[in-house]
Amino acid sequence: MLRMRGITKRFPGVVANDHVDLDLYQGEVLALLGENGAGKSTLMNILVGLYRPDAGEILVRDERVEIHSPRDAAELGVGMVHQNFMLVPTMTVAQNVVLGLADLPLVPKLSEVEERLRVLSARYGLKVDPQAYIWQLSVGEQQRVEILKLIYRGAGVLILDEPTAVLTPQEADELGHMLEVMQVEGKSTIFITHKMNEVVAFSDRVCVLRQGKVVATKQTTGTTPRELARLMVGREVLFRIEKKPATPGDPVLVLRDIHALNDKGLPALRGVSLTVHEGEVLGIAGVAGNGQHELAEIVTGIRPIKQGELWINRRELTDCTPLDAIRSGVSHIPADRMGMGSVGGMAVADNLAMKAYRDPPLGQRGLLNRTRIQDFARVMIEAFQIATPTPQTLVKFLSGGNIQKTILAREIERLETVGQPEAAPSLTSERRQIGRRRSRRHAADDCVGLLVAAYPSRGLDVGATEAVRKRILEQRDAQRAVLLISEDLDELRSVADRIAVLYEGRIMGIVSADAADIETLGLMMAGIDEA
Amino acid sequence: MKLSVSFRKRESVSRRATLLVPLASFAVSLLFGAVLLLLSGANPFVTYAAMFRGAFGSGHGLSEVLVKSIPLMLTGLGVALAFRMRFWNIGAEGQLTLGAVAAAGVALYWSQHLPAWTILPLAILAGCVAGALWAGVPAVLKATLNVDETLTTLMLNYVAVLYSEHLYYVVWRAPGYNSGTERIPEYAWLPRIAGRAHAGIFFGLALALLLWAVFRYTRWGFELKIIGQNPTAARYLGISIARNIVVALLVSGAISGLAGAVEVLGLARRLQQGISVGYGYTAIIIAWMAQLNPIGVVFVAFLMAGLLVGGDQIQMRMRLPASVGVVLQGMLLIPLLAGSLFRDYALDLRKVPDGKGDAPADGRAPADGRAPEDRRAPEGRQASE
Repeated sequence: MLRMRGITKRFPGVVANDHVDLDLYQGEVLALLGENGAGKSTLMNILVGLYRPDAGEILVRDERVEIHSPRDAAELGVGMVHQNFMLVPTMTVAQNVVLGLADLPLVPKLSEVEERLRVLSARYGLKVDPQAYIWQLSVGEQQRVEILKLIYRGAGVLILDEPTAVLTPQEADELGHMLEVMQVEGKSTIFITHKMNEVVAFSDRVCVLRQGKVVATKQTTGTTPRELARLMVGREVLFRIEKKPATPGDPVLVLRDIHALNDKGLPALRGVSLTVHEGEVLGIAGVAGNGQHELAEIVTGIRPIKQGELWINRRELTDCTPLDAIRSGVSHIPADRMGMGSVGGMAVADNLAMKAYRDPPLGQRGLLNRTRIQDFARVMIEAFQIATPTPQTLVKFLSGGNIQKTILAREIERLETVGQPEAAPSLTSERRQIGRRRSRRHAADDCVGLLVAAYPSRGLDVGATEAVRKRILEQRDAQRAVLLISEDLDELRSVADRIAVLYEGRIMGIVSADAADIETLGLMMAGIDEA
Repeated sequence: MKLSVSFRKRESVSRRATLLVPLASFAVSLLFGAVLLLLSGANPFVTYAAMFRGAFGSGHGLSEVLVKSIPLMLTGLGVALAFRMRFWNIGAEGQLTLGAVAAAGVALYWSQHLPAWTILPLAILAGCVAGALWAGVPAVLKATLNVDETLTTLMLNYVAVLYSEHLYYVVWRAPGYNSGTERIPEYAWLPRIAGRAHAGIFFGLALALLLWAVFRYTRWGFELKIIGQNPTAARYLGISIARNIVVALLVSGAISGLAGAVEVLGLARRLQQGISVGYGYTAIIIAWMAQLNPIGVVFVAFLMAGLLVGGDQIQMRMRLPASVGVVLQGMLLIPLLAGSLFRDYALDLRKVPDGKGDAPADGRAPADGRAPEDRRAPEGRQASE
């Protein structure tokens, strides 16, 4: 009943959808499977009119349609439940359902709406009180409101964007029941996910997207989680970097039974124990949202640790601040480049200096030396080949790859100063004194640098990706420790020495990178225990 | 076909736009004002000329402009400092008022106990401390309990103003007057430089230069800018947001408190009604128009003072009702402020074909209501959380 033909969508630097074909039949549940960044959400956003495709067409009941807005989509009976709900917290369920109706009367009869909602929620097993205020509801209940809203408006095609990410197992079962009722009534559902077990549990057919392309469309009954895992993550090896054998030394980072919460206050890490040695890259594999984000943040002092111990360079840093972590030799390439890693409204030179500004030669006694910051920036721009018109250009005007290079340059430079004696021969005696004072306070001399890199090459082109990976290996070869978080199994296998797989906040297992094959890793990432 | 209107955030703000937009806004301002003047039966050209002459055309006018620019400049600087880190301190009015109270209190009541020469510096210092404490309360609440600062700073204005009224109507009232304290002793006066303009102007100019240097050449200024632009990045970079909020607000409040102190010591020479006529609120407009640049604050404060003095002048010279002058001042400001929208956003006008029957008629761009940046974000970012 619905077809997408040759859909192509480009964003600056990436092709999010590359000639995607998708069919949806009446009364079926279609799973759209793929890694983060594979183009699943983009494709669905095109279907509901949030994005316009650069090429391709959409057919509904064999008739070509133009979808310019969610309202157009709604008229065609297509509705989407986003990951971030679009509800007004201070209004009731019924009021939220009425909001945005095309033929909204001036004074809606809320009692009628509430009555119809009760009927619908009983029929689909979506228990919600129409008179409750949204802010009183749990996340799972809010999701039900979103679904009811679409059903109320007569949607025949329901798109759910990773619906189970916010649900408890019981709520997920109820969702499954709802999907069955939908099917019986002849309504179709597209179900975005990256979890194999959900595909098997809920869907009739599955469409696998990888790097913007459809790699397979299959009947769910004719496939296995193992095959799906390979289809989803297995990709051609782009290139191999030459890697010298690792020579691991003393432990630099030690995590003991770490527990931590995510931003919503739910457990994200549940007893993680890890050790990273000097001269070693430990890779963290896993599908996004299984605790990687929180892991990076607890090591760098950004997120509090609920339980467990964190040791860096033989010092306990369980309750450390971000500054403590920086002073202990931790560098961090965060996953969110614009939101956390850089300040878009400030110059490239300023961004490059954002960690070095506290200490000589850039800063001294609370003052900044603008000339030295400028020179420092020139050297770094040259060394890391950052393409910027001038050092004074604002970071937000750079391309994604160059923003990442700016962050990389800043963090690697910091790494290289860790453990270096402050009193280099060129420093004047006065500055040497400042250096000594600082080292006494922070005892930085016996530190080994630790680099925490989260998705360092995500979204970068081949050249930039290679540069990033080489830099990371250079640091390893200089006997520094690296914690590399990535979803790209090729990256992990070519850069990391050992790979730990994170699933639902626990370490599923740690394998040597040489011995790891994609299939085993894929299964572990899906939470399927080999044994 | 119908017209769809939407705003698109400019990719970059051109130098031409930063210059052209305020000039164009000013032209629109004059036009709006002209309509109002015509409606009140006055000749706009004559009136504008009178305004200009009233403010800048005579030594007396100029000195009055200086008088008004002093508190505007100081509070504008205080507000700009807080705004740079996106702390919405709209409490400059209260901080100024308490600064005035503290300065007057020291000048009036400590003279008996201390050598005369100490009183002036002590009174100024007291004004700063009072302003700092008054701003410090919301800052600490924000830093520790995340209490919204717009409400607390605004509410504390009323407390400060009413408390000062209590003092000069009741507790400190000079015998024989309805309101107002005794005049402060002469050795506590801030010297005057021209007409009623007093040495407070030097505080304003020096602080503007100092803040400019602080923003550019100090670690602290650098950290404030990072916090204001991206608090998440600031935290990641190891910058303590809570401590910086408190320190910045103490300084911000101290500057506004200084404004109150010099008003009392240099101009009124007693605590009385009309110490502040909303300077602390006008300061918010000044800080914005100066784009939070301290040097810009000096110029904008001066122009704003000119507008205030000129507006007062036409009431007398053109025999227009007092309210017209005030309304005119407001009319002139609105396009200037609205103009800043066009500096950061471009207007998207385009024709859209009428869809099948009833296309959305909400006048927005097709699609969403999402921020334009979101539209370009690759999927990975949205789906990553």
